[in-house]
Amino acid sequence: MSEEHKLSMSIDIENLTKTYGSFAALDDVSLSIKSGEFLSLLGSSGSGKTTLLMALAGFVSPNAGSIRFGGREMVFEPPHKRDVGMMFQSYALFPHMNVFQNVAYPLKLRGYSRADIRQRVQQALAMVELDNLIERNITELSGGQRQRIALARAIVFEPKILLMDEPLSALDKRLRETMQLELRRLHERLGMTVVYVTHDQREALTMSDRIAVMSKGKIRQIDTPVNLYERPANRFIAEFVGESSCLPVTLQDGQVMFQGRPLRGVTPVAGLSKPSLVVRPEKLQFVTADASDYNCLHGHVTDVIFQGESQLVQIDLGEGMVVAIRRPTRSSENNRLPSRGDAVVLGLHLKDTLVVGDEQ
Amino acid sequence: MSAAELGALNARELRNAERRHRWYLFGSGLPALLLVLLTFVLPIGWLFWLSLFDANGQLTTENYTRLLEPIYILTFVQTFKISVIVTLVCVAVGYPYAYFMIKGPRWLSNLAMALLLVSLWTSLLVRTYAWLIILQRRGIANDLLMSLGITDAPLALVHNLTGTVIGMVHIMLPFMILPLFAAMKSIDPIYNQAAATFGASPARAFRDVFLPLSLPGLAAGATLVFVITLGFYVTPALLGGGKVQMISMRIESDVSMYANWGAASSLGVVLLVTTLLILFIVKKSAGLGRRSE
Repeated sequence: MSEEHKLSMSIDIENLTKTYGSFAALDDVSLSIKSGEFLSLLGSSGSGKTTLLMALAGFVSPNAGSIRFGGREMVFEPPHKRDVGMMFQSYALFPHMNVFQNVAYPLKLRGYSRADIRQRVQQALAMVELDNLIERNITELSGGQRQRIALARAIVFEPKILLMDEPLSALDKRLRETMQLELRRLHERLGMTVVYVTHDQREALTMSDRIAVMSKGKIRQIDTPVNLYERPANRFIAEFVGESSCLPVTLQDGQVMFQGRPLRGVTPVAGLSKPSLVVRPEKLQFVTADASDYNCLHGHVTDVIFQGESQLVQIDLGEGMVVAIRRPTRSSENNRLPSRGDAVVLGLHLKDTLVVGDEQ
Repeated sequence: MSAAELGALNARELRNAERRHRWYLFGSGLPALLLVLLTFVLPIGWLFWLSLFDANGQLTTENYTRLLEPIYILTFVQTFKISVIVTLVCVAVGYPYAYFMIKGPRWLSNLAMALLLVSLWTSLLVRTYAWLIILQRRGIANDLLMSLGITDAPLALVHNLTGTVIGMVHIMLPFMILPLFAAMKSIDPIYNQAAATFGASPARAFRDVFLPLSLPGLAAGATLVFVITLGFYVTPALLGGGKVQMISMRIESDVSMYANWGAASSLGVVLLVTTLLILFIVKKSAGLGRRSE
């Protein structure tokens, strides 16, 4: 426990507000990040996630509120006194320095001895498996290599807090997925507190201990990946995280009604505005109309889409409602796939049946 | 027609298209090429040719041996001295000017650029005469210095080296600032941010990151100023008051006073060769030829 404390620091954000004219980039944001936690800020562009990260780094000065690192107030500290590691979206590797000089820079500023610098740089480069490129120029590196060098530079001085601004967005899909796992392993090994900004919900789900979903300068829900996915607080979260369809339901006689039938497994919450049923493609099954543990949705097939590892069958439920059901591509399963125009019954397990309201 | 025949036919047509394209490029470049040949290469070749003959049309090396006389050596030394001073002052004034154009508020940046361009667009002669009036014994500059109590008697600000340098610096500043501004503009502010997160104070980030990244622009501006100043004529002639002798003025007097084309030409050739030599050295040492990302 005491070992952990040396490596990381908690972050407490209270009532943080930043406005640009009448636009609130951060609207009264409060958030506590535990020491050693990997927290992702997830949101679309303009949601305020980058502004929040920049406020933590010290490049955005808030209008009101408090930021504390390990209990110490940071709002008035300039960026160079905050002692955080940072990875930029564009990597921001200094083009006039080679790999060694780039990674050594934070150590040089901290007055480490020459021998110490060399040893630590080598260690950091070994950690990202690029110790063979130590004398290379930045211009000679590929995108993936630059990304790793930027990571080595951000962690070489063992910062207690590491801020990352969409560091993987410039990489291709395969490399991105490899790096996600590597970053996760690195975090487990080094144990610093990580704040990770991304617009990629899959990336956030893969890497984080907790995810804060942001929109319009506010945090809409903060939870573990599993809870965020399985128990979204409202329709916005349900639609933002995962591919889901939100189908309108009505409340009638103390029951939740869909397609004229009551939904089982859910208790209606009074005062829920515009309630909707959350349906995700992988939760659905083809069933017979009398399946006992399932709520049944009736519709007909409009399209069957082959996607490699799975097939997506699109189904029109009438009244403009469309859902998709995902089936793994297994020969035994594909025999049972319907074709376009077929009338089908979809089963949503009672435990997977979830009704959410609009925000507010 | 078989597939192989079709392929061969296409290959022939593609070759023809390539050839046509090359001729097109050559053809569109030709007028400019001829113009350069006519206005640049021919006169310089002729200049060089002239420098090999004396006043009587005899083949001689005396035009070049004469350049070793003290009076010519002195002129060369003074020309280089003035060029170095003007370049250094331009760097000292131009670097902060360009820096504030980048970092300052937008309106200030626009104003600074407008001032620079208005100055650049004003006739060289007008600007030189303006300095003559400003810097003269009873001019604005002396009035100001005296009313501020900096000096009791009017200073000799013109018809000497001081006046020459002031005028030349003013005229050369845009050539310093514009390349510098372009270079600074292309430096992504994210580098300074990165330096800051790793613990560099603003001054340290400037020294470690911004300054080195702006050096190619500084080298380009300084070279431009130095090379143009080497051949400067109007401003030193007017503001130097005969006390400042630069090579260009020696060339002028050789031609207009002594009608000695050979002597004037040899000076021109030496000036040209020196200039090219300097450009070559700068390119080699400052890495201007190296493309930065």
